[in-house]
Amino acid sequence: MCLAYPFRIVEITGPFSAKAEVQGVTKEIYTSLIAEPLKPGDWVLVHVDFAIQKIDEAQALETLNNYHELLRSLSSEFS
Amino acid sequence: MNSSVLFLQSLAKDPRLVKSYLEEIKGLAKTLSRPVRIMEFCGGHTHSLLRYGLDEALRPEIEFLHGPGCPVCVLSLERLELALSIAKERGVIFTTYGDLLRVPSPKGESLQTLRAKGHRIKMVANAMEAFSLAKNNPQELIVFFAFGFETTAPATAFLLLKAKEERITNLKVISNHLLTPAVLDFLLSKEGLYMDGIIGPGHVSAVIGAKAYHEVVSKFKVPMVVAGFEPLDLLEAILLLLKMISKGEYGVDIAYRRAVSVEGNKKAQELMKEVFVLREDFPWRGLGRVPMSGLALREEFSLFDGELSWREPEVKDMPKGCLCGEILKGRAKPPDCKLFRRSCRPETPIGPCMVSSEGACLAYAKYKNL
Repeated sequence: MCLAYPFRIVEITGPFSAKAEVQGVTKEIYTSLIAEPLKPGDWVLVHVDFAIQKIDEAQALETLNNYHELLRSLSSEFS
Repeated sequence: MNSSVLFLQSLAKDPRLVKSYLEEIKGLAKTLSRPVRIMEFCGGHTHSLLRYGLDEALRPEIEFLHGPGCPVCVLSLERLELALSIAKERGVIFTTYGDLLRVPSPKGESLQTLRAKGHRIKMVANAMEAFSLAKNNPQELIVFFAFGFETTAPATAFLLLKAKEERITNLKVISNHLLTPAVLDFLLSKEGLYMDGIIGPGHVSAVIGAKAYHEVVSKFKVPMVVAGFEPLDLLEAILLLLKMISKGEYGVDIAYRRAVSVEGNKKAQELMKEVFVLREDFPWRGLGRVPMSGLALREEFSLFDGELSWREPEVKDMPKGCLCGEILKGRAKPPDCKLFRRSCRPETPIGPCMVSSEGACLAYAKYKNL
């Protein structure tokens, strides 16, 4: 429930929304909780489809694999 | 070297780094000449520790106490019954996060069984789905049953601000949002200081900032380190904690700086303040009513406040024999429960700690060969 994972912004689609991508998964996310302006290429930490924090690209990439595996195991019941 | 350490090393990018972390942690722990008790607050951390075998790798020097940081586990039975009773109403489309779907009432009723009977229950991936449903179906009444800690509350706040802005009239929100520093204060006040250090929640802290725990850890003079969810994140946090414990220091440190700052996400905090007001107390499953731990809607949002339309029933909190309450306090472990792996199993869960994907009982059932 409190899991969050890094996504890369692909396109800003509205004042509070963006298209974001990670490992081939693209989805619409809400950016209304991020005060600073976001642009394509930025990385954000996403929780229940809301970006909760902007993060550094190198760190995002570095941690992605482990996140992915943990997510798969933890959110198997999330429908 | 046991198998869990090998497993851990095979997963980590740098096995030598893992080994040196483990050795340093164990070495420090030994100088303390007693088992060091560390509570990981967050259920996500419980699952990481068990999945990667960190608890085994650090035994016996370190004992992990599993904390109450599992939103589905701590949703009180009266609030679950409230959800079920609203979901049964004709003329309501009931929405909530999927995590709640399988949690059974003592009568065996769950949102899943109700949905199978034809009640209109929709699982949403985010709060704004409830907004879209309400906007696109003006003739229907949409109820969003919001729950979760400070990670999820800002999304509910945004939903309410948008609904107000667009003058939506067919949306009700039931807020069950909970505050993590309040429950730590409650546990430590009630139970005494029964741990040497605390692993602080990673993503909750990304929102509220490490500073949010300053008051409670200073009051009880306990060290806390906020951690990420990978094995190396956790090892780094545990090492930092051990250093603080051995020096007798207390306070909050961060071992997850790529996501967490001292101040947290101010915008998210502002949205929460704008929409929510602190309740005098709120029920947590297994723990009772915890002072200043719940968020209700502000009066300005009363048009959307489902609590003005529906009241929770009075009920008994736990299934008979279920130890989930003690487990959530870190006072018991899943194998201590007589139901664990007998009548209460992942496929047929009885208590909330087995139902939730973040529950400690589910973590033991999945990752431990007892």
